Amino acid sequence: MDKNNIRMKCEKVNFYYGRKRALDDINLDIYKNSVTAIIGPSGCGKSTLIRLYNRMNDLIPRTRLEGKIFLDDKNIYDIGSDVVEIRRKVGMVFQKPNPFPKTIFENISYGLEVNGEKDKTFINDRVISSLKKAALWCEVKDRLHDSALQLSGGQQQRLCIARCLAVEPEVILFDEPCASLDPISTQKIEELILELKKTYTIIIVTHNMQQAARVSDFTAFLYIGKLVEFGTTEKLFTVPKEKLTEEYLTGKFG
Amino acid sequence: MKKLTEKLGFALLFLCMIISLFFLGSILYFIVSRGFSVISWEFLTQVPKKAMTAGGVAPAIVGTFYLTLGSILFALPLGLACAIYLCEYSPKSYVVNIIRMSINNLAGVPSVVFGLFGLAVFVKFFNFGVSMLSGALTLGIMILPNIISASQEALLAVPQSYREASLALGATHWQTIKKVVLPTAMPGILTGVILGIGRVAGETAPILFTAATFYTRGFPKSVFSEVMALPYHIYALMTEGTHPEKQTQIAYGCALILLALVLLISSVAIIIRQRQRKYYG
Repeated sequence: MDKNNIRMKCEKVNFYYGRKRALDDINLDIYKNSVTAIIGPSGCGKSTLIRLYNRMNDLIPRTRLEGKIFLDDKNIYDIGSDVVEIRRKVGMVFQKPNPFPKTIFENISYGLEVNGEKDKTFINDRVISSLKKAALWCEVKDRLHDSALQLSGGQQQRLCIARCLAVEPEVILFDEPCASLDPISTQKIEELILELKKTYTIIIVTHNMQQAARVSDFTAFLYIGKLVEFGTTEKLFTVPKEKLTEEYLTGKFG
Repeated sequence: MKKLTEKLGFALLFLCMIISLFFLGSILYFIVSRGFSVISWEFLTQVPKKAMTAGGVAPAIVGTFYLTLGSILFALPLGLACAIYLCEYSPKSYVVNIIRMSINNLAGVPSVVFGLFGLAVFVKFFNFGVSMLSGALTLGIMILPNIISASQEALLAVPQSYREASLALGATHWQTIKKVVLPTAMPGILTGVILGIGRVAGETAPILFTAATFYTRGFPKSVFSEVMALPYHIYALMTEGTHPEKQTQIAYGCALILLALVLLISSVAIIIRQRQRKYYG
C-alpha cells in the first residue's frame, strides 16, 4: 500500500438522502492499476459510495455530501470542477445492463461523438478495438448495425463495458456488474476485469464475496454506512482484524 | 364455479370489444356508403359551383390541410420544449406540480372557448384578421396541452438508466436529452401528435370565428387569407343552403375526405414512429 500510488481518495465523506445519513465518515484510498472491491450487506451504502466517485448521485434530488473525494490531487466536488470531464475520466458500468436503444455500433460510437470526435475512421477503429477489449467482437462483428437490445444480458453488459472503454477512462466503476447475469457471463466479466486492471484503476461493488475474493486486490467492508475494514483482499479474507468482518465473511449475517 | 366466472369474464370482455368495433365499423360504413358516390376527380380538384350543389371541395381540402399542418408546426416545437423543460430541467417542486396540473386541466377546456380566445387575441389584438394564421394558431393553442402532456408522459417513460449511462460517458445534459432521451421518447411524442392531428383536422368551433369561411372562389393565397375547411364546410352544407338533398350527399363526401386526410397526415407520423420502434426488441 504505497501512498504514492493512490488514484482516488475519500476524505471524511458523509452522505445524506434528505435527513437520512447513508455514509458515515468514510476514509478510503483507491490504488492505481488495482481492483478494489466494496462489499457489505444490502443497504450498507456500497452503491451510494461508488456513485460518488463519478458524481452520479448529483442526479438524485435532496442529497447532500460532506467531505472530499479526490481524483489524483483534485477534489472532484470542488465548486468549478467540470463534472462532464470527471465522468469522462471515471467511467461506470451499471448493475443492470443499460445499452441505448440504438445499434451496437452507435452504442459505442456515442461516447466518442459526445466528446467531440468527428473522424469517421478513428471512430470506426475505436469501436472495433473496444469491442475486442470487451471480448465481444467475435460475437457481434457480423451485426454491428443491429439493435443492441437483441443481445443477451451477458452480451449487453459486455457491450456496456466496451462503451465505457471507448472513451478511454482512467478509472472504471463497476456497480454489481454481474447481479443480473448467469454464471458463464459472470465468469467472462470477471476475466475481463482481471485483464482490464493492467491498464485501468477499478472499483467494483459486489454482493458476492467469492467474486470479491477472485477479482480484487483490495477489499473494503462496509456496514450500515461505516467503513468497518479496509485491506488487501488476501488479508481481509484470511485474517480479518474486525469481528464484524469475520462474522460477515463466515455468513453469520448478510 | 371458478371456470364459469373465467368464461363469463372472457365473454364479457369479448362482447365489449365487439360492441366498440361495431360502432367504429358502422361509422366507417355510413360515411363510405353515403359519401363514396360523390367522390370524383372533379370533386377533389374543383371549387364549389352552383351554390354548393355541384363542383368540388378542393379549397376546403387544401384549407384543412394547411390549418392542420400549421397548427402542428406551431404546437409541436413549443409543446415539446415546454415538456422537456418540465421533465428534464425544472426542479421537482410544488410549483412545477401545479403547472402540470394546470396544463392537464387546460386540455379539458371546450374548443369553442379556444375559438373565442383566438378571435379576441389573434384576429383582433394581433390584427391577423379572420385568416389561416389566426386559425392555425388557435388550433395550435388548443392542442398545446395535449402535446405537452403526451410529451411529458413519453419523456418520463424513458428509463433513468439511459440518462445515467449517457452522463457517465461524459455527455452533457443537453447532449443526453438530444441524442438519447428524445429519440427514445419520440414514438410516444408522435402518438400525441397523431391524436392532435385528428383533433385539429376535425374541430369546427376554434376556426368558426378565426379562419373559416363558407365559400372562397379559389385557393388561399397567403397565411392572411380566409380559408374553407372541411369540418366547417360540412356544418355549412347541413345547416344552410336550399338543396338539402344534394348538400347532404356532398357533406358525406367531405366527411370521407376528412377521414382520409387525417389518415394521410397521421401516416407520416406513424411511419416515423415505426422506424424508431424497430430498435426496441
